[in-house]
Amino acid sequence: MSRKISEESYRKTRSFRLHQWFTGEKDLFLDQVEMKPQEPFTESKKVKKKREKEKQKMLDQIYNLERNRKTGPFQTLYRVVSVLFCICMVSLFLVAVSYLPPLGDAGNPANNEVPQRYIENGLQETGAVNIVTGMILDYRAFDTLGESHVLFIATCAVLILLRLDGNKKKLQEEEASDSAHEPENDVILQTVAKIVVPPIMIFGIYVILGGHLGPGGGFSGGAIIGAGLILYLNAFGFEKTERFFTAKTYKWMCFGALGCYCLAKSYSFFTGANHIESIIPLGTPGAILSSGLILILNICVGIVVAGTMYTFYVMFRKGGF
Amino acid sequence: MQFVQNLPFISIIVSLFSGSLSSIMGGKKAKRLNLAMMSLVAAMSLMVFLFVLGTGESYVYMMGHFPAPWGNEIRIGVLEAGMALFFCVVMLLCVIGGYQEQAAEIEDEKKNLYYIMINLLLCSLLALIYTNDLFTAYVFVEINTISACGLIMIKQNGRTIEAATRYMIMSLLGSGMLLLGICYLYDVTGHLLMSNIKEQVEIIHRTGQYRVPLLVAVGLMSVGLAIKSALFPFHAWLPDAYGYSTVSSAAILSSLVSKGYIFLLIKIFYRVIGFDVIQDSKVVNILFIFGILGMIMGSISAIRENNIRRMVAYSSVAQIGYIYMGFGLATEAGIMASIFHVLSHAATKSLLFLSASGITDSSNDSTDFFDLTGAGYRNKLAGIAFTVGSLSMVGFPALSGFISKLLFAQAAIGDGWKMFPALIALAVSTVLNAVYFMKTVIRLYTPERTAGREGFREIHMTENRTKSAAMLCLVALNLILGLGSAPIVRMIEQGLGMFA
Amino acid sequence: MDLSNLMHNYPEAVSMILFAIGFSNLLLQKNLIKKIIGLNIMDTAMYLFLALKGYIVGRSAPIVTDGVQSVEAYINPIPAGLVLTGIVVSVSVSALMLSLTIRLYRRFHTLNLDEISTMLKKEGL
Repeated sequence: MSRKISEESYRKTRSFRLHQWFTGEKDLFLDQVEMKPQEPFTESKKVKKKREKEKQKMLDQIYNLERNRKTGPFQTLYRVVSVLFCICMVSLFLVAVSYLPPLGDAGNPANNEVPQRYIENGLQETGAVNIVTGMILDYRAFDTLGESHVLFIATCAVLILLRLDGNKKKLQEEEASDSAHEPENDVILQTVAKIVVPPIMIFGIYVILGGHLGPGGGFSGGAIIGAGLILYLNAFGFEKTERFFTAKTYKWMCFGALGCYCLAKSYSFFTGANHIESIIPLGTPGAILSSGLILILNICVGIVVAGTMYTFYVMFRKGGF
Repeated sequence: MQFVQNLPFISIIVSLFSGSLSSIMGGKKAKRLNLAMMSLVAAMSLMVFLFVLGTGESYVYMMGHFPAPWGNEIRIGVLEAGMALFFCVVMLLCVIGGYQEQAAEIEDEKKNLYYIMINLLLCSLLALIYTNDLFTAYVFVEINTISACGLIMIKQNGRTIEAATRYMIMSLLGSGMLLLGICYLYDVTGHLLMSNIKEQVEIIHRTGQYRVPLLVAVGLMSVGLAIKSALFPFHAWLPDAYGYSTVSSAAILSSLVSKGYIFLLIKIFYRVIGFDVIQDSKVVNILFIFGILGMIMGSISAIRENNIRRMVAYSSVAQIGYIYMGFGLATEAGIMASIFHVLSHAATKSLLFLSASGITDSSNDSTDFFDLTGAGYRNKLAGIAFTVGSLSMVGFPALSGFISKLLFAQAAIGDGWKMFPALIALAVSTVLNAVYFMKTVIRLYTPERTAGREGFREIHMTENRTKSAAMLCLVALNLILGLGSAPIVRMIEQGLGMFA
Repeated sequence: MDLSNLMHNYPEAVSMILFAIGFSNLLLQKNLIKKIIGLNIMDTAMYLFLALKGYIVGRSAPIVTDGVQSVEAYINPIPAGLVLTGIVVSVSVSALMLSLTIRLYRRFHTLNLDEISTMLKKEGL
């Protein structure tokens, strides 16, 4: 049983638009996607002169016979020495490897009482089902504390190099050149991002929270969330992300997470060294709220890593949030 | 356990935490926090030092609830506590000595980042000094590298960025080799804690199994750390990095950063591999040869240099050569001389960098020798400080450099085939040192009329109080090291005894 | 040199060859981006080496399953933790190197480190 619909309401349906697109009557993307016509190529006389001069300089350098004759043998020597160096190094390492303990043997020196205790008592002593997580966040937590600060200090170094906020004009210039290269409203990207970003975020949070129960943890989960943020930024531009993520957010987030990490670990180091029983309950292994400080530490690490990944990307792209 | 014994751990955590705290502060507050933190850490290190000196024993501090082979730990002895105290004091002086330059040369928004770098640098140095775990050492070596890179590039011009890139490349090669060495060592011993590795290494040395990987691991770690501390053929990044960065950075980098790696290498020799094994292996001979080459080539490059900052930087190459020559002797006396030279060089080189910047201030900010004529009259304190530093480097009696040269010579005598090369290199290098340092000092005190020239002005010592104070303290430190060397050498001996 | 052992340890040999390739690239290439690629090859080779150190034939990943807690069931967890640390360090270092490269390229419009040095010398800064 079918019913007729009026021309007017038919025009609103998808099938009409499909038909239109199919017959080529109308381009659906016209007026929907921002498309810039190419600007005519212009350059001032000064720029042109400079460009030509630079090109000439390059040609001069390439075809400078005198210089090539001089550096040619040196270049060859350099290459020969490099190859020899590589060969020497490889053979040294191969000799060393040939004397190493056999691969995959349970009787190797590395499989001694240390991993034995991690495996046999790890669940009871740290409360983490994932032995690696228990190891890096409880037995050998000092390493991991240093490691998250490596990320922090690397971000600071990148900020020193690329942050432009001291120079408002330059930042605006960068922004202009940034948006010139990127289409602002890419429908495909935006639609895909709308569908994909929420699951990515949820998956990242799952990986962080499940770090003590299975494969995962703060570092991997944080990297996933960071990737999600970057995708979101690419699809919707800086205006949208700046509503919830600015330089200030990053600063406070990073400080909060690292400060929390420092405090938590100093508590456990202090009590451990002074032989005071820690009052933090380990909970039932396998439950989500278990394994003492490990869950909190994983969350802290996850926040730091996600923020760091996003900040790296933003800095590389335009030098400011 | 007494509360004092917690202080090394607390000083590491305090410096780490102040790093992340500075990130939410403005430049001024971060500066104050940094000053407070460094004074606090210095005070704590002093207390620990006095405590360890009193008990005469080293102790182990568990980082967590788990004992030796399972958890991390740090270990505190006389040498460690003394080094921590010394490093803190020198760093404090370097930072306050360069306050004026920092204010001028660093962008306002990035000042707090500079202090983050300094806080974390101090933290990583402390961790490198105290740690008893090789992998922790690797992690903090990386923090040290990145923060040192930050210190170089904070003053942003093309030179420093290029220098930072070269520095990073060399450092990464070094860290790669260090990590590979640690992996080999882990594979053949099954431990990451220094004391446990040493037990296993003794067994390997006795039975002879896995001897080749052990040797390769020792080689990789020594060469890796040598690259990172700018031993002679790997020093290409050094003159630019020290010559053009802001003055505190140059002073800190030359006097402390490379010393952290050297101290780690001493720890590896003594506490990881064991001194007997090191003496049997031929790895130290490589260090000996490169050390001697560095002593001479560094001095020759310094003579050819016409820029005062770069000249002082090249002199660092020569002094690092001295330290590695001490390692290469592979005797207790050689290592002691090296450690004393670490102290003496740290005190002197920071003094030289600070006073060199004082001298250039009075000469229109020019670092060229020609413009420095008569600068000793324009900025009297900086001139005197530079002279004291130069005399100490050359080995003038009553100053610290003299004692270290004496110790090196004593260590070299009666050391088989290494005796003559070492003594000859010492003599040649001293003469070369004298040539370029005395050349500079004479130029500083050659009278010249510059009254009319723009930018050439007299600087009174009250004009830049912090720098004057820092220079005076460093001169005093030099005199203390030179005149009171006997107890210091005894402490080093005691500390090395606790190491084994 | 024990050849049969080398043949048995061939994955480690591969990782060492990769390490040497990365190391030489980092040391000898003149292009900064290629240097960074070399750095990453070097680090990755190290992770391969470390992962091999933890491997034991016929055992599973160190996550407690079905309450089994005997050493015979799981591989060595320590190298896995070390690899994790190594990855984080390598990420931060590569980011730093890349940003240094960006700055150098903005100023000198070249990626060749030797050219940058000659330009600096010409400028006489």
